[in-house]
Amino acid sequence: MNLALGAVFRVLEQGLVYAVMAVGVYLSSRVLDFPDLTVDGSFPMGAAVAARLLIGGVHPLVGTLLAPVAGFFAGAATGILNTRLRISNLLAGILTMTALYSVNLRVMGRANVPLLRTGTVLTVLQEKGIPPTISSFLLFCIVVVIVKYMVDVFLRTEFGLALRATGDNESMIRSLGVNTDSMKIVGIGIANALVALSGALVAQYQGFADIGMGIGTVVAGLASVIIGEAIIPPRSVGMGTLGAIIGSVVYRLAVFLALRLGFAPTDLKLVTALLVIAALSGKSIKRGIGGERRKAARNAGTEISV
Amino acid sequence: MLELKSLCKKFQSGTGNGRMALEGVSLSLQPNDFVTVIGSNGAGKSTLLNVIAGVFPVDSGQIIIDGQDVTHLPEHRRALVLGRVFQDPMQGTAGSMSIDENMAMAFKRGMRRGLSKGVSAKERDCFREKLSSLGLGLEDRLQEPVKLLSGGQRQALALLMATLSQPKLLLLDEHTAALDPRTAQEIQELTNDIVRRGSLSVLMVTHNLRLALAVGTRTIMMHEGKIVLDVSDPERSEMTVSDLLERFHDARGERLSDDRILLEA
Repeated sequence: MNLALGAVFRVLEQGLVYAVMAVGVYLSSRVLDFPDLTVDGSFPMGAAVAARLLIGGVHPLVGTLLAPVAGFFAGAATGILNTRLRISNLLAGILTMTALYSVNLRVMGRANVPLLRTGTVLTVLQEKGIPPTISSFLLFCIVVVIVKYMVDVFLRTEFGLALRATGDNESMIRSLGVNTDSMKIVGIGIANALVALSGALVAQYQGFADIGMGIGTVVAGLASVIIGEAIIPPRSVGMGTLGAIIGSVVYRLAVFLALRLGFAPTDLKLVTALLVIAALSGKSIKRGIGGERRKAARNAGTEISV
Repeated sequence: MLELKSLCKKFQSGTGNGRMALEGVSLSLQPNDFVTVIGSNGAGKSTLLNVIAGVFPVDSGQIIIDGQDVTHLPEHRRALVLGRVFQDPMQGTAGSMSIDENMAMAFKRGMRRGLSKGVSAKERDCFREKLSSLGLGLEDRLQEPVKLLSGGQRQALALLMATLSQPKLLLLDEHTAALDPRTAQEIQELTNDIVRRGSLSVLMVTHNLRLALAVGTRTIMMHEGKIVLDVSDPERSEMTVSDLLERFHDARGERLSDDRILLEA
């Protein structure tokens, strides 16, 4: 394969594997209107759980599917801190994220676990005769399609409608008999399950789980969601998740181009943060003075997720 | 139907001196009672509706709806028997969701929500029929997000949603006050229609004294957290707005100017 083409192909793979995380961030930030920072801890948690299980000889498929279970509980913990203990949504996420740092180290046993000599979901595919050059791409495509389909269907169920209404108009759906606290706990749980699944796949894709691999995940996820919204206006649930997926691919492409332009890999977090700031400030400049009043009316915590 | 026994609610202010929002409110509603609630700002009208709905708890007293003591039940557990429409049309609907999705959520008021389809084809037909009765053309816009509707259309939808699953008690909190006069009148007529069709009790807060006498079967007046006047038909049907002000004056023993009660119309 041509070198440049091969590089773009790798970018596409990355975009897809991180798209699962982006859909999770879409769920919390857009559907539930909850700025969830748990993500920076649940992403490496997925990687840690999968790595530990794979090293321990568990079948890669089982190990990969247990990661989102751990992620669900991480997200649910943030939900419980916020709803039951009345800790603000941002702080609840920060607390869980901080706690998860220690948890992840316990799970992994050390700061970095290489997976090069263990079987992964990717080697499983390769053993089935799928060439290594396309196995990752194929796997991530399948996972993304399944995740998107399941999230879309879920958000149109009775439970899904109540979940969306919790993010849209909480007092209204409560007056219709929905326990919005439970909705948030389950919703943030599901969002972080997806984030952890993404983390588990990334660890196997890059060949190691690392304690620091979660830093900046939530910002990258938000960047993907924002880029996606700019490309595809989210008029429906299906377009929202599709936007997050496409946004994730475009975001990885932008990162790739930034590297090509000569940015050091260590500068990327700064570039991403600037990108998100630019996207957010663009909105408030457009909103102008009318936006100021609306901003004052809204609570400071939710404004961050805009 | 609804039984309120000496409800008290005090709001704490920052300085430590609380304000009594409800001071021993007792009220008994029969099925088909349509009660209009009037009173000056801060009289406790909205607080009364909020404690009945369970938005916040009462300090003392008892709330019984349809024979069940709901005093200590959280808001979402009372929803099965309660329908509610707010003053702000935005408050009664979810703007980012479609008309049929909003109605489907109201249709399952108080029921367990599982993983079956949110809006079934059968439900959609039923919603279309209900919407066409409004005469607003909404039946052809089922899949459109509610945020594209006008304030009046949203309020009509909110009203329909509040009564869709036949609640025992309907709480209306100045639900026409934010609309232009023409739309307000249409929504009020729609309210009267819906109330007439289903057998339910209604508590309707309004600032419009003429309206308070024109609709419903009974009128109560609140002042400083107490019910100071309670008249029913046929006595009420003889009353005029000035009688109402007169009665208020008698009950309180103080002069009340028209603007303190915010006389509209």
